[in-house]
Amino acid sequence: MKFLHNKTIFTLVILLAFTILVAGCGQETSSSGTNGEGQQSETPSEKVLIWGRGGDSSGLDPANVTDGESAKVTINIYDGLVKYQRDSTEVAPALAVDWETSEDGKTWTFNLREGVKFHDGTDFDADDVVFNFERWMNEDHEYHIGGTFDYWGYMFGGYPGVVESVTAVDQYTVEFKLASPMATFIANVAMFPFGIASPEAVKEHGEDYFKNPVGTGPFKFVEWAPDDKVVLVKNENYWGEQAKLDKLVFRSIPDNSTRLMELQSGTIDIMDGITPDDVETIKNDDNFQLTLRPSMNVGYLAMNTEKEPFDDPKVRKAVNMAINKKEIINAFFAGLAKTAKNPLPPSLWGYNDSIEEYEFDPAQAKALLAEAGFPNGFKTTLWAMPVPRPYFPQPQKIGEAMQANLAEVGIEAEIVSHDWTTYLHKTEQGEHDMAMLGWTGDNGDPDNFLYVLLDKDNAVAPAGNIAFYKNDELHDLLIEAQQEMDQDVRADLYKQAQVIIHEDAPWVPMSHSTPPIASKKTVSGYVPHPTGVEPLDTVDIQ
Amino acid sequence: MLSYIFRRLLMIIPVLIGVSILAFLLIHLIPGNPAVAMLGERATPERVAHLEEALGLDDPLYVQYGRFMGQILQGDFGRSIHSNSSVLWEMGQRFPATIELTIAAMIIAIVVGMGAGIISAVKPYSIFDHFSMGTALVGVSMPIFWLGLMLIYLFGVKLGLLPPSGRLDVTIELETITNIYVLDAIITGNWVALKDALRHLIMPAVALGTIPMAMIARMTRSSMLEVMRQDFVRTARAKGLPEKTIVFKHALKNAFLPVLTVIGLQFGYLLGGAVMTEWIFSWPGIGRWMFMAIGARDFPIVQGGILLIATVFVFVNLIVDVLYSYVDPRIRYD
Repeated sequence: MKFLHNKTIFTLVILLAFTILVAGCGQETSSSGTNGEGQQSETPSEKVLIWGRGGDSSGLDPANVTDGESAKVTINIYDGLVKYQRDSTEVAPALAVDWETSEDGKTWTFNLREGVKFHDGTDFDADDVVFNFERWMNEDHEYHIGGTFDYWGYMFGGYPGVVESVTAVDQYTVEFKLASPMATFIANVAMFPFGIASPEAVKEHGEDYFKNPVGTGPFKFVEWAPDDKVVLVKNENYWGEQAKLDKLVFRSIPDNSTRLMELQSGTIDIMDGITPDDVETIKNDDNFQLTLRPSMNVGYLAMNTEKEPFDDPKVRKAVNMAINKKEIINAFFAGLAKTAKNPLPPSLWGYNDSIEEYEFDPAQAKALLAEAGFPNGFKTTLWAMPVPRPYFPQPQKIGEAMQANLAEVGIEAEIVSHDWTTYLHKTEQGEHDMAMLGWTGDNGDPDNFLYVLLDKDNAVAPAGNIAFYKNDELHDLLIEAQQEMDQDVRADLYKQAQVIIHEDAPWVPMSHSTPPIASKKTVSGYVPHPTGVEPLDTVDIQ
Repeated sequence: MLSYIFRRLLMIIPVLIGVSILAFLLIHLIPGNPAVAMLGERATPERVAHLEEALGLDDPLYVQYGRFMGQILQGDFGRSIHSNSSVLWEMGQRFPATIELTIAAMIIAIVVGMGAGIISAVKPYSIFDHFSMGTALVGVSMPIFWLGLMLIYLFGVKLGLLPPSGRLDVTIELETITNIYVLDAIITGNWVALKDALRHLIMPAVALGTIPMAMIARMTRSSMLEVMRQDFVRTARAKGLPEKTIVFKHALKNAFLPVLTVIGLQFGYLLGGAVMTEWIFSWPGIGRWMFMAIGARDFPIVQGGILLIATVFVFVNLIVDVLYSYVDPRIRYD
């Protein structure tokens, strides 16, 4: 009809042209995200790093969070009494300059750094340390609010747990009295949940402190737009070496493909949560570099030693030899993992590298099975979890691959699965024959792996030791190591422990995953830490 | 009319009570609980019990429901189990983002959808008609996440014309009053922020608007075709009225009612938070928020969020019903 021509078409064309104009105009100003040409809030040479991540922080009060996403932000805002070295889980001074333990290991004294200020300008001293610890450990402390302080209870055994008291001996000395000797105390205190917060800020904000964090760290909090971004700026009054970046922004980009496209279009500078498929894309792109985070986890196949035939070490050794770990890692981890021969990941001090791994040898496995009385194999179940875990990115497929390996030596394993929470519950009760599970370390101490996962104390339902493996000699070593304060002696004890575990083979240790982080080539100085989080004060961007 | 509106508002109460019971029951009956979700591999019965007690989850269901409703009536939507953040505050942060996206998507859907529908009705079975109805079919059939990713790839990566995702460039400062960035930029006269907010809004709005656009187009077309067949249209033509007047003033107004229904329903539906679009475009709205909360069994968020969405939906329906009587004066409420 006639009326459709002229005016209507003309208007539509104008609208279209306008849209293209707006889109095109905007393009020049926004693609210079890190150089700040003509942008409002930056001076021309302000260094901004934009980190693209999959989730959002659940809070900025480290004592009340348990997830890595929250931790990777708070570790920039807070310091603890001690911290981890950049590339290992050895402990180094932070807000404490040195410390000592009494003979019986029950009294720990920390000498604090002087001249440190919180981001709100208040001075840091021993009273602040006391306030923070008492807030975490006493359930009836006025500021034991805003959450359930899970990590305290978990690492220190309850509220107050092993810590009987914390006192300010003088303005810069704090003394802890423990109910029993705990060599891992220092490693625990280095963990991210135990960053020291400004008591003034905690009191001022109360229940809302989790979105108004104040610490002493290399970066200060500016703003948090939920599910969108967290913005930090350099702390110019930092007690240590100042951060190289002026501004640090964490953006939440939940979809993996979108996040990669943001990196490719230059709107973010660094990202984690890369799927194995995308690793090749990044490797082949000259604009980007891939960094691997040293592992602090282990993925394993546990054999329930309380059920036949897994009570026979020969059978367990045979299973170890039947599984082709290398192939599984190449197929399902995109090569982003190391094969495991110990429960401990190699990044931990105390790792026993001289242990000889069980070679992949199906013939030898069959022979061992025959010796154990199973020349024709046997039937059993292999439990696999339904959700991807950091240590097993594709658990169902990995389970099937193991099933195929086992079938080669005559072991017919039926794959069993339950929803994740049910899976955890049932394996803790020992309902399985073989089960896949894993563990990410908390504090970088070998005790956190070996005692929790393989000691007989934890082989009672609900068990953390889902192999229900009980060895008295191992137990004695592990308990001795918990009470021995000299780290070299402890390291030696743990190496002996690993020999015993290897001999008894309650598990098939499968993998230590090394998650990748991709960044633009203009980003330098980034050192990923085994614990999964690190402060970004050494990072620079051109 | 006023008494009608008043009666409708009163009816909201039993509706919301019913919705709240349903929402409460559904999320509590799904297996799995937030304590286990939070603790993961570290979940042992003692730790879970400790957490449950701290969160009040060990009380019988009716006690928990009573506590929940009691708090709601005082305006307290509780706190998130995961973050301990006030549910009401979190909603206030995210709902404006969803409103902004929804309005933008609906504007595109209405303008393009009705435009295409009218033209198709006026030139039925023409090339344009086949083309636009075919496109509508494709639009409805396409998965939003695929469309979204394709748009991001084309305009964000390959052409570099638009930012891939998010609401605003991190380097731009904007004073937020309503948290609807486009509105705030206009209010504060921040034209740089306005341009940037619009550039971030275009792709998700287009992706989200595809389905409503398709439905509006088809409904407009079929409704218009039916009206244009009527005798009074033939009379009007015979009288010598210009075609434009016939189509827009007479036919469209009569055809509009069913289209208004579709628009209202789509609007209410989109306001519930389009999870897929918000996910792909990193849009911090309530859809994404609720989706994550369900997975984490964060009861207060799910319950509060469902109540909010139900309330919004009921109000949107009421507004649409009131609008009916303006579009068609023959409809009266008393």
